[in-house]
Amino acid sequence: MIYWELFLGFFKVGCFSFGGAYSSIPLIRDVVLSYGWLSDEMITYMIAVSESTPGPIMVNLATYVGSNQGGLLGAVITTIAVVLPAFIIILLITSLLKTVLENKYVKTILDGLIPCIIGIILATGCYMMITNLFIFKTGISLNLQSIIIAAILIIISFGSNKFLKKSISPIFLIIIAAFLGIIVF
Amino acid sequence: MKLLFNLFLTFFKIGLFTFGGGYAMIPIIEQTCVKNNKWITHDEMMNLTIVAESTPGPIAINLATFVGYRQKGLIGSIVSTFGVVLPSFLVIYIISMYLNNFLEITIIAKAFKGIKIAVSVLILKVAINMIKKIPKKPVPLIIMLSSFLTMLLINIFAWNFSSISLMLIAAAVNLVIFIVKNNSKSKGEAVK
Repeated sequence: MIYWELFLGFFKVGCFSFGGAYSSIPLIRDVVLSYGWLSDEMITYMIAVSESTPGPIMVNLATYVGSNQGGLLGAVITTIAVVLPAFIIILLITSLLKTVLENKYVKTILDGLIPCIIGIILATGCYMMITNLFIFKTGISLNLQSIIIAAILIIISFGSNKFLKKSISPIFLIIIAAFLGIIVF
Repeated sequence: MKLLFNLFLTFFKIGLFTFGGGYAMIPIIEQTCVKNNKWITHDEMMNLTIVAESTPGPIAINLATFVGYRQKGLIGSIVSTFGVVLPSFLVIYIISMYLNNFLEITIIAKAFKGIKIAVSVLILKVAINMIKKIPKKPVPLIIMLSSFLTMLLINIFAWNFSSISLMLIAAAVNLVIFIVKNNSKSKGEAVK
């Protein structure tokens, strides 16, 4: 049943999304693609939309997929599902299990999870970058226009950290990328 | 009742005015919950920010649940969490009804080709920032590298293996290593 699948899919996303906005995208992408709810193009599209609308990206994507697949009820289900794990865990930590995060077994599990999540995020970022920079049609060729855009974005994004000591906001980088896309392609 | 309404309204505003989510929300939560309403102390907020790093979910949800629970128990936490999620839910729900064939307009399709590259840069940047924070010890580094390679292969060959299974395996492996180490340590002490 679609509602149950929606709930389960986004509950999983909610359980395993550690570390903030962009770190949850690889996980969402994995779940959404495996159920066939959205294409890679639509995911990118929705990330851009999420950046320009309020609220956490994870919640925005959940609401969108839910509404797309199951109307209003679907949207309510996915939004609740993605929020529920965080809600329950914080409730347990503040009320009953105040020291659970200091428990050595819980710590060990988290120490195993976090490096794995980082590896997954890195792999997804690399894979997405590769699919942008190369054209896989007849053989493999470089996509020059994309390489130019990628180079500019990397310089802006990592350069602002180094020289301005300030991180450029994601929304600003996305706006620059949109302009570059219109000019170059 | 007034407190509940106040909690709802405050978190509704927080949800409405924070774009992109994540740490962008912390200064606004500091202003409203710590300075204006004195619902939690600055130290409590900083502590919860650290806790939020080792618990799943957006930090805004974590903070809303925490503040709500502190002020009014379970019902308070439900009201605050509902309040913080509602604005983004409404906005996206309305958008999803009207946004369909935008991508077929040429100029927008071109812009999105650019944005797609920006998203991969942003994801890579998050990964690099997180790598800087992991302890430089063999076990975490090996877990990270092998997860990276496995996930890359899963992506390239479109294997039917979810990233969540990968995470569960990593957690289990680390737990087994920990238990084995502990056992051999206690045995060593027993021999002495």
